[in-house]
Amino acid sequence: MNLLSIFVLIPMLMLLGLWLSRNIRQIRAVMVVGASALVVAAVALTVAYLNARHAGATDEMLFRADIPWYPALNIQYSVGVDGISVAMLLLSAVIVFTGTFASWKLQPLTKEYFLWFTLLSMGVFGFFISTDLFTMFMFYEVALIPMYLLIGVWGSGRKEYSAMKLTLMLMGGSAFLLIGILGIYYGSGGTTMNLLEIAKLHNIPIEQQRIWFPLTFLGFGVLGALFPFHTWSPDGHASAPTAVSMLHAGVLMKLGGYGCFRIAMYLMPEAAQELGWIFLILTGISVVYGAFSACVQTDLKYINAYSSVSHCGLVLFAILMMNQTACTGAVLQMLSHGLMTALFFALIGMIYGRTHTRDIRELNGLMKIMPFLSVCYVIAGLANLGLPGLSGFIAEMTIFNGAFQHPDVFHRTWTIIACTSIVITAVYILRLVGKILYGTCTNKHHLELTDATWDERTAVIILIVCVAGLGLAPLWMSNMISDSVLPLVQVFR
Amino acid sequence: MDYSQFLAMKGELSLIAVIMILFIADLFFCPDGHKKDGKPRLNTLLPVVLLTIHTLINIIPTPATEAFGGMYYSTPIHCIIKSVLSIGTIVVFLMAHEWLRQPDNLIKQGEFYVLTLSTLLGMYFMISAGHFLMFFIGLETASIPMAALVAFDKYRHHSAEAGAKYILTALFSSGLLLFGISLIYGTVGTMYFTDIPAHINGSALQIVAFVFFFSGMGFKLSLVPFHLWTADVYEGSPSTVTAYLSVISKGSAAFVLMAILVKVFAPMVAQWQEVLYWIIIASITLANLFALRQQNIMRLMAFSSISQAGYIMLGVISGTPQGMTSLVYYVLIYLFANLGAFTIINIIGLRTQRYTLEEYDGLYTTNPKLSFLMTLSLFSLAGIPPFAGFFSKFFIFAAAFRSGFHMLVFIALVNTVISLYYYLKVVKSMYINKNEEPIVGFRSDNYTRTSLLICTAGIIILSIASVIYQYIDKFSFGL
Repeated sequence: MNLLSIFVLIPMLMLLGLWLSRNIRQIRAVMVVGASALVVAAVALTVAYLNARHAGATDEMLFRADIPWYPALNIQYSVGVDGISVAMLLLSAVIVFTGTFASWKLQPLTKEYFLWFTLLSMGVFGFFISTDLFTMFMFYEVALIPMYLLIGVWGSGRKEYSAMKLTLMLMGGSAFLLIGILGIYYGSGGTTMNLLEIAKLHNIPIEQQRIWFPLTFLGFGVLGALFPFHTWSPDGHASAPTAVSMLHAGVLMKLGGYGCFRIAMYLMPEAAQELGWIFLILTGISVVYGAFSACVQTDLKYINAYSSVSHCGLVLFAILMMNQTACTGAVLQMLSHGLMTALFFALIGMIYGRTHTRDIRELNGLMKIMPFLSVCYVIAGLANLGLPGLSGFIAEMTIFNGAFQHPDVFHRTWTIIACTSIVITAVYILRLVGKILYGTCTNKHHLELTDATWDERTAVIILIVCVAGLGLAPLWMSNMISDSVLPLVQVFR
Repeated sequence: MDYSQFLAMKGELSLIAVIMILFIADLFFCPDGHKKDGKPRLNTLLPVVLLTIHTLINIIPTPATEAFGGMYYSTPIHCIIKSVLSIGTIVVFLMAHEWLRQPDNLIKQGEFYVLTLSTLLGMYFMISAGHFLMFFIGLETASIPMAALVAFDKYRHHSAEAGAKYILTALFSSGLLLFGISLIYGTVGTMYFTDIPAHINGSALQIVAFVFFFSGMGFKLSLVPFHLWTADVYEGSPSTVTAYLSVISKGSAAFVLMAILVKVFAPMVAQWQEVLYWIIIASITLANLFALRQQNIMRLMAFSSISQAGYIMLGVISGTPQGMTSLVYYVLIYLFANLGAFTIINIIGLRTQRYTLEEYDGLYTTNPKLSFLMTLSLFSLAGIPPFAGFFSKFFIFAAAFRSGFHMLVFIALVNTVISLYYYLKVVKSMYINKNEEPIVGFRSDNYTRTSLLICTAGIIILSIASVIYQYIDKFSFGL
């Protein structure tokens, strides 16, 4: 039994446990035990990974295992992790754990909700451990489809519209992706689906790369909220229930960046260098446009969703710079954005659960009424605008540092343009915090509201600890990531 | 005469035995189903058990054989597709139980089984034909009893109308087909599949012949533009028959088409690939677009089955052994997914007479298990992992992609997104939409449950277990 398969096995057991459970106590027990087991497994994996590296393991991927599945098409269930996937697994485990607490009191159909929720997380974990194109794609789709029902049934607002829009756009993206994957497979001779081996073969003709690279990048880019294919994100996030927004913005959108990096860029480096500039323009627009859009929104969730577009755009932006520093920054940004967006959505969900409105024009003076939630909101906001000491600073600093190392004038120009997003982010965050938290509360119904309960506090504190931890002691994480990024960027020579 | 060559037709003979037993048994059973004069009642159990025995003894493929000077031939892959079809027929019989219990149909039970199995027998012969006449006889045996089945609810206006429509289009398409065959005979002077390819040179007359032949098959497969009968017939016929028509009939025709194209028309590969290319695009795209607006679930499934036929043709167009494997695998999985959905539509229709999407609103609140299984089937049809439909779609795309049809695969992929919309529409009715008077909760009978169990097991197991794909792959043939 491979260590990594545990990450798929635990959600499967959770599904089974949920299926059998009879009442809400049992459901919660299954979820908490399962989610804790995932966190423990992720931490254990991180320790084991670091130990193995210290002991001198130099393979690109560790803990590898290959089990033939459909030999006729060279499809294997093959797993393996490097520093990037370890970081992503850790992130996913934390978000799933806190998401469970954030949906503690969810009604109705609690059991069904958690079934789909667990299926989604199974897809996410499976994606990050896979090294086989087919299984990766399969897990990718497993993670997408539960979103439809999670938003459609348990969402709020224009949920049916948003759910359908999100599902169809992401599935459209995966149509591009599938053709790209088939192109990679047959372009490399049709001998293996394992991406490490394809990278080693390095034999996809450049004419084919020029077709398959944009398709693959676009396919993953849709999930990474690449402009102009980001429009599912604000609607989807605004309508989704709290924990689903957390998981979706926190983890699922990272699948896009991870896939772009690991599949599109790594396997087709020549085309990436040739055509990267097109996507660089698009991601640059994502970064700035997302931030500007966030400035004019009045719904808390929309603000955060547009802010996600901006920050996830930065991930793709950094990847396209194709050097070690920027790519390390991209992975750090995925981590940091995942944690702080999850924190944001959790807090918005808690505020909405009390005030029943997300319109910032109707909210003010919350600091005096719910001090705990408000302070946490400020922390999340500061992390978002990149205050030193919190995770956002580390990530963005690394990204812009790396991006400016690119010798090309074109790339440097876009780096400067993208840099403006830092200032714009500060504008909308500070405006938001000032508007809803400070001042006097004019709505007298809000005066009777209570502060966070224990389950909410658990979720929020864990996330804040992670955000601050990453901000204060980033070195072990960034070293782990940058060692693993090196072989991936070495192909761009 | 050497009688031992009859043994080559083991599968057909055992099916004939089943038909004869049922035919005779029907005489001795009490017609109205009540126990009188000590006569036992004809039950669904008897045909199901007999057919299961038939399937089991034929499930191990026999080595390649030939009989009657090449009129009949059989290879392991033929045995596999025949087994697939008979498994599907078992499921259809299981789901037909409740419908045949209705007073109108009780006295006609025997006919239903015999007619259905006759069409199956026709398909067997059609699949194994090594000669165009044999093929044609099989095809007609498969389609004429079908018309009787479509009109089975003869007092229901729609069913009779559907029967008339079906028989007219079937005859018309047979005429086209026969004309195509006669032209081929005129140009090559033989009807044996093994002898024809040597004389095929892609002359104008042969192209005309091929087009007629293909049009005839297009009607059977309900490919666009030969699909116009489909929606009305599917809506009008009893839902059990529709299920049979949409899966078994279509699966056998698809396989036969592929076998004939790669064996007989092999020298004309460029031409038939060109024709198929456009037919596939038309079938998938138009059917999907029509399906978007359907309110009646039977019509929705009709258009869905047209587009699925288009996907199946992706396996044909590649003409490779890989294409054939993926075709057979696709049919197998499509069978489970589609029959699963039809079982549910059938039982809901019988219990509550509801067939429109609006009436499915809020089904989850009253019938959670049925809705869940329906969701599984629809997801499998749409090609969503971890269900088997994803795998069969992937394989069939891979097969077509490998043969160089990149654009075609891309169009098909975009269409899967469109199809997802209408499959999700059904899911949305069941889970999300509110309804004042949802379909009342009910318990299905055990036969329906068994049928659902088989379908769900198929959908789930075939995704994880790769042995079946590997097994089929061993025997496939191509250009």
